[in-house]
Amino acid sequence: MTGESEYRIRVKGLRKRFKRLEVLRGVDLGVERGEVVVVMGPSGSGKTTLLRCINFLEEPDEGQVTVCGIDVPCGPGARRREQMRRIREIRMRVGMVFQQFNLFPHMTALENVIEGPLSVRRMSRSDAIALGERLLTRVGLSDKRDEYPSRLSGGQKQRVAIARALAMEPEVVLFDEPTSALDPELHEEVLQTMRALARDGMTMIVVTHEVRFAQDVADRVLFMDDGAIVEQASAAEFFARPQHPRARAFLRLVEHNQPSDPFAQPEVPAPS
Amino acid sequence: MDLISRALPLLIRGLGITVALGVVSFAIGSVLGFLIALARLSGARPVRFAAVTYVSVFRGTPLLVQILLIYFGLPQIGIRLEPIPSAILALSLHAGAYLSENFRSGFLAVDKGQWEAAFSIGMAYRRVLQRIILPQAIRVVLPPVGSRFISLMKDTSLASVVTVVELTRVAEQVGSATFRYMEMFVIVALIYWVVNTILQIGQEVLERRLGRAY
Repeated sequence: MTGESEYRIRVKGLRKRFKRLEVLRGVDLGVERGEVVVVMGPSGSGKTTLLRCINFLEEPDEGQVTVCGIDVPCGPGARRREQMRRIREIRMRVGMVFQQFNLFPHMTALENVIEGPLSVRRMSRSDAIALGERLLTRVGLSDKRDEYPSRLSGGQKQRVAIARALAMEPEVVLFDEPTSALDPELHEEVLQTMRALARDGMTMIVVTHEVRFAQDVADRVLFMDDGAIVEQASAAEFFARPQHPRARAFLRLVEHNQPSDPFAQPEVPAPS
Repeated sequence: MDLISRALPLLIRGLGITVALGVVSFAIGSVLGFLIALARLSGARPVRFAAVTYVSVFRGTPLLVQILLIYFGLPQIGIRLEPIPSAILALSLHAGAYLSENFRSGFLAVDKGQWEAAFSIGMAYRRVLQRIILPQAIRVVLPPVGSRFISLMKDTSLASVVTVVELTRVAEQVGSATFRYMEMFVIVALIYWVVNTILQIGQEVLERRLGRAY
């Protein structure tokens, strides 16, 4: 397990196609322990698919994905059973936060959080509850522990989802557009939670359009276009001097559409 | 009154057989339907094909023909079943085909994000099914499955053609012995109706309990 152990995630030559459409055309990526990587790019550029290949919600067609030193043998001759075992091992170490939260609607906030510890980590119920309460407190929702998801706001749901991912005590957390389904005024509570997580040294890959968040916490920004990483730079570098024409065009667009920034003064009074 | 007191022991026995046919076939059919639904959703291609064919055949042919085929047809190829097992086999296969459709639509009604979220925390397939998918699917599935159970209870009357002495057969027998067909079939119809009303109430109670807000 040494050698490439500084990489929590190592992706080499990753290719994925859906039917005739090639979504990832040879992606290489290394993410080190404690690094926060923000992935940006227009929709359809393959950001989400890249994320989903890392925990094998999508199976790569070609290439190698190594997570926390675990790789999944593929190609002919690979035994399905062994593959599944490795995939599960990876998933136990990689948390995922979805755009649509995907909370379990028939379980309370606490039950959502402790499902992994109970079902997968085989924790005792009392330990799991203690852990779950600690995590709900960490995301600021200790008073919602017995609420069902239908009674929570979008921002609260997403924070429960973050707590659920953390309950597996993962080494990496993947965020797939975690604020895109939220009303603008709810973005900040989720981003704050993510900032705190980054400060605590969590390794994170975040697919997002939140420029300010990227500027604040990203160690590195990847820009994807048409199934490939076309630009890769430190956050400061990327936002100050984007190189790729598509990245420039994209940033102009996104910056104009940033959700209500409480500090920004409108340059022009909005017409109508 | 005399008729009823004479027919009563037979009716009670018949009712017992009818209920047993219905309950046993429903239980077997449910297990079968559940497995078929899973096979259709996540099985390999040949498994899926077999499942689809089974459903298509048993939904596309009359239950009466299925019963006759099993009871009178199978002995020709050396498989000889008693009347009651024949009826149970036919009813189970028939119910299984329909129930698999109900279960399938129940599984499909659960958002695929639920599977993904559960997989993403490392849960194994069976665990996901049991802890995440079934509890949500059951709410969707309960009304059609309840109706299927009630239909099945009525379908058991077809077992009478292969000499199973269930309610309908009792009515026929007593009717032909006494020429009181009218009374006997009215009585038997009433018994079916009462049984199914009880089932329906049971279903409503269950639905209310499972349907509690979350």
